[in-house]
Amino acid sequence: MSDDARAVDGPTVASGVDSDSTEAPKSALRFVRFALPLAVFAGLAAFLFIGLGLNPREVPSPLVGKPAPTFRLAQLAQPNEAFSPDQMRGQVWLLNVWASWCVACRVEHPLLVELARTDTVPIVGLNYKDKRDPALGWLAQLGNPYQLSLMDTDGRVGLDYGVYGVPETFVIDKQGVIRFKQIGPVTEEAWQKKMWPLVQQLRKS
Amino acid sequence: MAAGAAVAQIMRVMIIRWMMMSLALLSGAALSAETVAKPDAVAVHRAAGLAEKLRCLVCQNQSIAESSAELAVDLRREIGEQIKAGRSDEEILDFMVARYGDFVLYRPPLKSHTALLWFGPALLAMAALAAFARALRNRRRRLRETPLTSAEQAEAETLLAQSADTRL
Repeated sequence: MSDDARAVDGPTVASGVDSDSTEAPKSALRFVRFALPLAVFAGLAAFLFIGLGLNPREVPSPLVGKPAPTFRLAQLAQPNEAFSPDQMRGQVWLLNVWASWCVACRVEHPLLVELARTDTVPIVGLNYKDKRDPALGWLAQLGNPYQLSLMDTDGRVGLDYGVYGVPETFVIDKQGVIRFKQIGPVTEEAWQKKMWPLVQQLRKS
Repeated sequence: MAAGAAVAQIMRVMIIRWMMMSLALLSGAALSAETVAKPDAVAVHRAAGLAEKLRCLVCQNQSIAESSAELAVDLRREIGEQIKAGRSDEEILDFMVARYGDFVLYRPPLKSHTALLWFGPALLAMAALAAFARALRNRRRRLRETPLTSAEQAEAETLLAQSADTRL
């Protein structure tokens, strides 16, 4: 504001001292000299502020939008019976990666149990790098929300699904395409805002 | 005195030479033993190189080679098995990217959405250089000598004459 004012009355005041034509560009230059660092700072601050809200652990999965990798694994409850994701064709379902050694899995577990109790969506458990006895004990103690669980003892299937932080949950559509990946516990918020609307939408299509 | 120092110097040189020779012999023996014991030394070297190119997603600021996280151990094992199965380095990196995304690579690939990452610093440096050049040019223009008008010239001469007077 004051710079603008100076730009207007500058030449009349200072005409005698400075050579006449340099005064207007000079005040414009002064304005830039103040405004530019301010703008740069504001931009930087905005980027950093957005960065504060981002979670670096949530790496977007390249598998979203691709067919779920196929596998055949023994079931946790009946090790003699195998399961393949093809068996879920025609349904929208969740593949939840869990383990008895996983502390964060306990955080999401009550929500999964609730989803199973209300028959909201079928959940298949991928028991990742776990042993059978502690896994069964874990389910007996905390409740079993899974239609069935699969034993991925060596983590080979987990590798195919790009699992790096248990728990992880995949939303898979009727055609067997991965539509969403939740890294970390399924929170109430994530379920209500993202996953449940997505499941409903996928059911319609 | 001088002779004693010379002898000591010769002894020292001889000892150093002897040590170097035995070291060379020893390491040569070790090397040949290694190549005999591990015919897949190339594979080990390749696995180490690949592990250094891949990021451990659990720890994020360590490569798979550096990290002792369980995921890193699994991925190192996977790399080893794929090398044994005859896959090329490129195939193995593609395998990892297909599962974990570009983030798994320490060296991000050149794509449309990584262009800023690759060229941003160079662009910034170029912009800074351009601004610097402009500032220099402006400065030169500002400092360019303007010839004195005849009135100013006369005034300067009288002033100089005055000062010459006072100095005397």
